[in-house]
Order: sequence, then structure tokens, then C-alpha cells
Amino acid sequence: MSFEITTKDLDVFYGEKQALKKVNLCVNEHQITALMGPSGCGKSTLLRSLNRMNDNIAGVRVEGQVLLGGRDVYAPEVDAVEIRQRVGMVFQQPNPLPKSIFENIAFGPKVLGMKNKTALEEIAEKSLRAAALWDEVKDELKKSALALSGGQQQRLCIARALAIQPEVILMDEPCSALDPFSTLKIEELMQVLKKRYTIVIVTHNMQQAARVSDWTGFFLMGKLIEYDETAEVFSRPKDKRTENYITGRFG
Amino acid sequence: MVESEKTWHNLPDRVSSRYLIDKLSRRAVFACAAISLLVLVAIVAFILREGLPAFIQIGVGEFLFGAEWSLKGQEFGILPLVLGSVLATFGTLIIAAPLSIACAIFLAEVSPKRVANVLRSAIEVLVGIPSVVYGLVGMAVLVPVIRKLGGSGYSLLAGIAVLSVMVLPTMTTITEDSLRAVPRGYKEAALALGATHWQAVWRVTVPAAKSGIAAAFVLGMGRAIGETMAVYMVIGNVFAFPTSPLDPARTMTTHILGQIQEAAVGSLHLRALFAVGIVLMIFILIFNSIAFALRRRVQ
Repeated sequence: MSFEITTKDLDVFYGEKQALKKVNLCVNEHQITALMGPSGCGKSTLLRSLNRMNDNIAGVRVEGQVLLGGRDVYAPEVDAVEIRQRVGMVFQQPNPLPKSIFENIAFGPKVLGMKNKTALEEIAEKSLRAAALWDEVKDELKKSALALSGGQQQRLCIARALAIQPEVILMDEPCSALDPFSTLKIEELMQVLKKRYTIVIVTHNMQQAARVSDWTGFFLMGKLIEYDETAEVFSRPKDKRTENYITGRFG
Repeated sequence: MVESEKTWHNLPDRVSSRYLIDKLSRRAVFACAAISLLVLVAIVAFILREGLPAFIQIGVGEFLFGAEWSLKGQEFGILPLVLGSVLATFGTLIIAAPLSIACAIFLAEVSPKRVANVLRSAIEVLVGIPSVVYGLVGMAVLVPVIRKLGGSGYSLLAGIAVLSVMVLPTMTTITEDSLRAVPRGYKEAALALGATHWQAVWRVTVPAAKSGIAAAFVLGMGRAIGETMAVYMVIGNVFAFPTSPLDPARTMTTHILGQIQEAAVGSLHLRALFAVGIVLMIFILIFNSIAFALRRRVQ
């Protein structure tokens, strides 16, 4: 089995504060890896360091390595913009751009320099189908994306990420702003998507981690406490702290 | 002695005077607020009283679309002035708009925080410089440069150049505010989709802030059309239709400033100058209403 992403002794600092401490994590290809833990444990920081979204935060410092397909994404010659094309991201709050549904999908290909209208329309259809949104919006692609429901917006954000053909999709608590039904739809979608993409999801919700993921990592205060196959973590946690967390004794 | 639970420490007795102070101060601040509104109403009423008769005496069409202003012939047409003001204002917009967007993007998106803070204070100082100083610098620096392009140098272009510098702070500040008001999620979305920093700013942040930016432009235009002294000192003040940016011109404001001392009390001449003031106020009212509407849309 090959690893899509490997972090090696990854430290992340925000100014003086250390948010991640020597994290070593191997993310398997075409599987769903869930990162869970209480607020402020560093799970979102880790996610955002995988596609260098932390670069834009003032005072951030990264040490150690993040290997994507064997190459360090923090190596000096690597362009963060290129990394983000290979590693797509879906955010906690659905954040469609204040443009039409079509323009949201076309944005990624367009910034890459694609101009051909027919090709863009093809991409839009494919991406929306892949995100299970096509049937709901196919007649109103010109409508503002902001007019969609929260769940639809989040699937649009997934479709938009698929449009740039990433290898990995990072999801930062993608369902925390959604109702249970929309959550279910996204979880079902993830099962389909993992056949083609590697997915890393950060979640607050232990049931969600247990339901959707193949591997689970438990974070506490910047450290990766336990990392194993999901069934293993939830049935036979090796660390006392993991056990306390999943049995609801804190967090 | 056993203290009762309710009085474990002593508070002063009820002081009734603070209720009186509360009441009085509320009335005092209301009165001050009311005075500012009254002053505005009084100014508008005064200008209308002085100026409206001129519209009737001269005739609205004759006044607005006439191209002659002669005391001997008692002709008062202001079309060249309106045109001068409009050209100066739009000329200013053309120069200042791209500059202010560039400055605002630099401040909001590109420069390190510390540099931005220094620059922002510098921009605030720029607002505080008296307009006569802008005029002086314009005369000493700009006019000789423009003279090399042709003409006397005292020209529409000189006026536009001075105005552009003067409205730049207003436009930059409001543009920067609207860029900063764009939700962070938009830019993050763009970056996560593989946009470069510049693409994210230019294709997402700027369009998302467009109402606020438009408001900034319109407010800047309001300032430009109302500015008097600095323009007076460099624009040449010739009552004529300018045919090129190098020609001298005259605006409504500079016309009033130039003529007011010669206008006899009670004369049609003076009333006509007030009528110019009315036209000017209407322009500014329109600009401000548009800006107000645009800024409300932002919220």
C-alpha cells in the first residue's frame, strides 16, 4: 500500500505558540483518513499545512516535512499554488464565491488559464455530477451560488474542488454547519469519491469519524496521540487518553 | 454583631442628583445634535432664497445652457462652468480611481502590517493639508511641467492633477475598508482552488467589494466637484469651453470664488452666483445619495 501523504516530525508554530508537535502521519491512498480531537488540538492546523493554506497566516512557521507523493511540499523550489491544485480543500463554512454556480466551478480551471467555454461547461457538468449536485442545479447554472441551501453550497464547494482534478481532498469539518440530512448526503458522497481521491477529513464528531473513515488519528494538544485503522481505534484504543475521549469522558 | 447577608458592605445612599444630571445631559446632547441639523437647513434655505429668484429672472434654460456671462449685457449662462466642473471631476476620477485601487490593494493585501500602518498615517496627513497648499505646490511644480506640453500650464489638466492628489486619500481609505470587509472565506476559497495571490485578490476580493469601491469613487467625485481654492490657483479660470486638457477652464466653484467680490449686494449678478451654488449643491447631493445607496448595499 502506498502513502499519498506523509508528515515527518512536523512542527507548526503560530508566533510563540506551538500548534503541532512532531507529528508523523501517513495518509493512505484512496482511503478516508479522519482527524479528530477537541478544539485547539491542532487537527485543523495539520490539515491546512498539507496544502500550505497556513502560508497566508502572519507569523506561522513550519518545521519538518510534508511529503506529497514523495516530494516535500515545503521544499524551497515548490510553489504553494501548484500544491493547492493537487490538494483541494473544502472548508467548515460553505464558502461559494459570490458568483454563479457555473462560475464557481469554472474558477479553478480559469485561473489555470483555461478559456474554452465548451470545455468549461463539460467540466462543470462532470464536477457537479461527481458531487451529486447536477440534478438539482442543471437548469440554473447561471443562478447565484449564494442562493443555494447550505448543503447544496457545500456540495458545490466539493464540485469546485473536483474541477481542478486534485489527487487529495482535504475537508475541514465539512458538515458542522449542515443539517443531519445534508450531512448524510456528504458522507455518502465521500464514500463514492474515495474511489478516485484520497480524502482527509477533520471532524469534531466522533460518530462521523467512525462512520466514514478508514483510518483515524486522535490529536491532543498538538500531538498525534493515536493513529490506526478506524475500527481498531474505536474498539481497542491503545492510549488511555484516546479511550477517555471516545468514551465521552472529555472533549 | 452578626452582619445580615444583604448588607455585608455599605453602598452610598441613593443620590437623586444623578437622575437630574442624566436628564439634563440627555437634553444637552440632543440640543447640540439638533443645532447641526438646523445649520444645514438654514444654509440650504438661505442659498435657495438668494439663488432661486435668479433662475426665474434669467430663465432656467438660459441659465443652465447659456454660454455667455456678461455683466454689461446682464447675460448669465453657466454651461461652460458646468462642463468645466464635470470634466475636472471625471478627469480626476480617471486618474485617481486606478491609483486608489492600487494603493488600497497594497495596503489591504500586499504590504506588511507595519508598512501599511505607516502609509495609512501618511495618507491621513494628506487629508489634513490645507487646499491652498495643494494649490501652491500645483502652481510651483505642476504648472511649469504642463507648460512644456503646450499652453500656459494653467489648465484643466493641472486642475485634474491637483484634484487627483486631493481625493486620493478619501478614495483609498474607503476602498481599503471595503476590501477588508470582504469575508475571508472568499479569498481562501480562491487560494484553495489554485489561484495565485494576485488572482485571488483581483478576481474575487475586488469584485466582491465593488459596491464599496464604487461608493469610494462617487464620494471622491463629490469632493472633487466641490473643491475650490486649489483648483482656482492652477486651472487658469478662463470662461470658455476647453477643447483640450491643456486649455484653461473654469469650474462652478472657481467662478463663484473669482466673482464674489465684484458682485454688488442685491444685484442679479450676486443672485446668479448663488444660483451657481444651487447647481453645485445639486451635483453634490446626487453624488452623496449614490454613495450612500451603494454603501448601504454593502451592509
